[in-house]
Amino acid sequence: MTDMTVSSPAVPRKRRSNWQLLMANRLAAAGLFLFGTIVVLAVLAPVLPLPNPDITDQPNRLLPPLAGGHLLGTDHLGRDILSRLIWGTQVSLIVGICATALAALFGSLIGLVAGYARGATDSILMRLVDMLMAFPYILLAIAIVAALGPGLLNALYAIAIVNIPFFARNIRGVTISIRNREFVDAARLSGKGHVAILFSEVLPNVLPVIVITMSTTVGWMILETAGLSFLGLGAQPPTSDLGSMLGQARAQLFTAPHASIIPGVMIFILVMSINLLGDGVRDVLDPRLRSGALNRPLAVTRVDRAAPPPATMANAPVLVVDNLCTGFSDGGHVAPAVRSVSFQLDRGQCLGLIGESGSGKSVTALSLMGLVASPPGVITGGGVYIDGADVLAAREQTLIGLRGNKVSYVFQDPLTTLHPLYRVGEQIAEAVTAHAAVGRRAAMARAVELMETVGIRDAAERARAYPHELSGGQRQRIGIAMALANDPDIIVADEPTTALDVTVQKRILDLLQDLRRDRGLALLLITHDFGVVAQVCDRVAVMKDGAIVEQGDTRDVLRAPRHDYTKRLIACVPEMGEGATFLDRVRPLFAEGRA
Amino acid sequence: MGSYIAKRVLAAIPVILGLSIIVFLVMKLIPGDPAQALLGSYATPDNVARINRALGLDRSWPEQYFIWVGNLLQGDFGRSYILNRPVLDEVLERFGATLILAGASLVICSVLGILAGTASAVRQFGWTDRIVTFFVLIGISMPAFWLGLLFILLFAVQWRLLPASGMYAVYGGGDLLDLLRHLILPAGTLAIVATGVVARLTRAAMLEVLRQDFVRTARAKGLDERAVIWRHAFRAALVSVIPVLGIQAGFVLGGAVYIETVFQWPGLGQMLVKAVSTRDLLLVQGGVLVAATVYVLVNLLADVAQATLDPRLKA
Repeated sequence: MTDMTVSSPAVPRKRRSNWQLLMANRLAAAGLFLFGTIVVLAVLAPVLPLPNPDITDQPNRLLPPLAGGHLLGTDHLGRDILSRLIWGTQVSLIVGICATALAALFGSLIGLVAGYARGATDSILMRLVDMLMAFPYILLAIAIVAALGPGLLNALYAIAIVNIPFFARNIRGVTISIRNREFVDAARLSGKGHVAILFSEVLPNVLPVIVITMSTTVGWMILETAGLSFLGLGAQPPTSDLGSMLGQARAQLFTAPHASIIPGVMIFILVMSINLLGDGVRDVLDPRLRSGALNRPLAVTRVDRAAPPPATMANAPVLVVDNLCTGFSDGGHVAPAVRSVSFQLDRGQCLGLIGESGSGKSVTALSLMGLVASPPGVITGGGVYIDGADVLAAREQTLIGLRGNKVSYVFQDPLTTLHPLYRVGEQIAEAVTAHAAVGRRAAMARAVELMETVGIRDAAERARAYPHELSGGQRQRIGIAMALANDPDIIVADEPTTALDVTVQKRILDLLQDLRRDRGLALLLITHDFGVVAQVCDRVAVMKDGAIVEQGDTRDVLRAPRHDYTKRLIACVPEMGEGATFLDRVRPLFAEGRA
Repeated sequence: MGSYIAKRVLAAIPVILGLSIIVFLVMKLIPGDPAQALLGSYATPDNVARINRALGLDRSWPEQYFIWVGNLLQGDFGRSYILNRPVLDEVLERFGATLILAGASLVICSVLGILAGTASAVRQFGWTDRIVTFFVLIGISMPAFWLGLLFILLFAVQWRLLPASGMYAVYGGGDLLDLLRHLILPAGTLAIVATGVVARLTRAAMLEVLRQDFVRTARAKGLDERAVIWRHAFRAALVSVIPVLGIQAGFVLGGAVYIETVFQWPGLGQMLVKAVSTRDLLLVQGGVLVAATVYVLVNLLADVAQATLDPRLKA
């Protein structure tokens, strides 16, 4: 996996409270302002200087806005629209919020009990919830209203009932993930009863999810109750909400469109303000969105070098990495992950890049072809010379043209690195056609040939398999076959054997060795295992905290490591028959680290 | 594949049974004594008991349920006493119109929503993304029945481009072109909210997939960005978008109730609203059951479509 940021002298930054985060989101703040204004108006309806919303005035019916002292005009019975609008908003808000509260109460209760109890209780409750969800949403509400009879309260119940499943499902999911956590076990061991645990331990942790679900559904429920009223199934005269205003005005749509348009605008603004606010609340409470972990990576890592090095290098070996610096940006600040790394590699050679996870070796490897996910990744300095030309200075298309052609990659875990939905043969063939103008059939034939090269038996038949149908070792051979598709000069193998068991690991390493010898490949091998380095590499570079601390011939480094960190890595390779003395040998090397 | 489909079909049977139980129970919620209601002020205890026996209401609930289901299976959904014709005839006649409307909206929302969501994810934080996000917000906040009225005012009254109501022109219409002209406004209105939802979820799915390791592999192969996005990321995101489309099918089937009322579309929704206000409960019951069953079948199709795209699900 990609090694993540190395700690840098942290810029002390105050963690902002949820409230501050919400207000920093301009859209959410605007939503809150709009919603707040509407709520205040609706609450103040009794004290505002408004005419009685129910007084009819036949001579002044259907007045347009601003006529006869009616700011928004009058409806088909001559009633003041502004006054009816504000009173109607009050009704719609109360009904929407009550429906949300009811759905949240019962839905959460079902979810909590089902998720905590599991077993038969869970199955029965969730099957019932599934049944409710099997109805087209609004039709069930209509059936319920049909049975209970039209009316605002019945519409409220109907909308609440059809929304119970959303809460039940969401809350159940979170409850399941919490019920086995240590603090719940601790409460259980301390003799607390199930009900007490559910309400004092589980509920507080589930609360954010309930709040998110409420804030994202309340707008929806206001829309739906307004809809039922619009159809004449909700609010009945003389009570009137925004939906029934709209429904009654519809008969005069052509003669007095304002009477229909105005209540609709109000519903729209109300629901939009709630949606804006709801999205803001979700963003604040969902840590994944805050960390920017859902940014779309660009085709090529962003390069932002203060002082670009010369674009070409004379008499250079096939790969030269010169003072490469890569970091992760969080907007303004860049946390460095690779600091001034330099190494060279020639045809037929193998360089091992070794270090613990987080040392920056994977980021180094991915930087060569601009494959570090960006944002947040950014290359801040240095050069990568392939055949003497700096690829970081090249155009995007040029760099993409080198990938898989001149320089190819073998990644760590082939189950996640192969596409799960395509047959492995197609995936290899695709690597061929990406760079060579050959037909589909020729590419497939080449793919089968490559699979034979990497030692897959019955290649023609196995080519039709999906990645999940193969073993780990076979999948990694597919990864290698894909890397060989265009006879590259350089192969970067990023922990190619880490996900495999020891015997398979040996065979994969032998395969890489043979290929290097037969084809004169330059091999950059990323690993954390000095045993692998000793077996395969001519030279080794040791990385720690984003920098290379020691570099040299493998034999020299193994015989006389100069850096303490190197000594520790070497000591971590177990040898045959030394199990009893292993810890004695290793302990002194780590003494200073612990002090 | 065949055994997978068989498994899904078998799993749908208890769901449809469950639907019938819920509809049955909802009808039992009705306050008051049906016999009393039927007889009105002429009710004598003798007559009430006689009617109850005739309607089978003196039996236990489970007995009543099984008799009812038995009748349903023979195609007997009861008789609408308002329309004075068999419920099933009326429901099926209306349902065709609803299927045309809901089907058209489903196609519109799938195509537009998936394209907009993908474009929005690919150009994350760019102008495309902002515009799509803006329209999605408006779409999901808009009461569809109101939007329908606005469209009528604009397209039918103001510009006289499209008809405001009905399914066919009263004079001289009746061909496919006429149907399409009548379909544009209602189907477009009905699709707006669903398009917003699909676009939103497609965007999220694409962003999720674009960070996966196999997309990095596609890049490492040297594929150009178009192939990376469409052949690799999009294909994988589609697998998680398909169930969303299944859910939207339920949404447009339900939302059709509003749209049919606004546009006078002679479908099931309009029938249901009338039936609720005339308390024609058997008609409501039959209409809801048929629509819900079709919804279950559409979701079954979505499951099968998902499995054809994702070989891992067939196992």
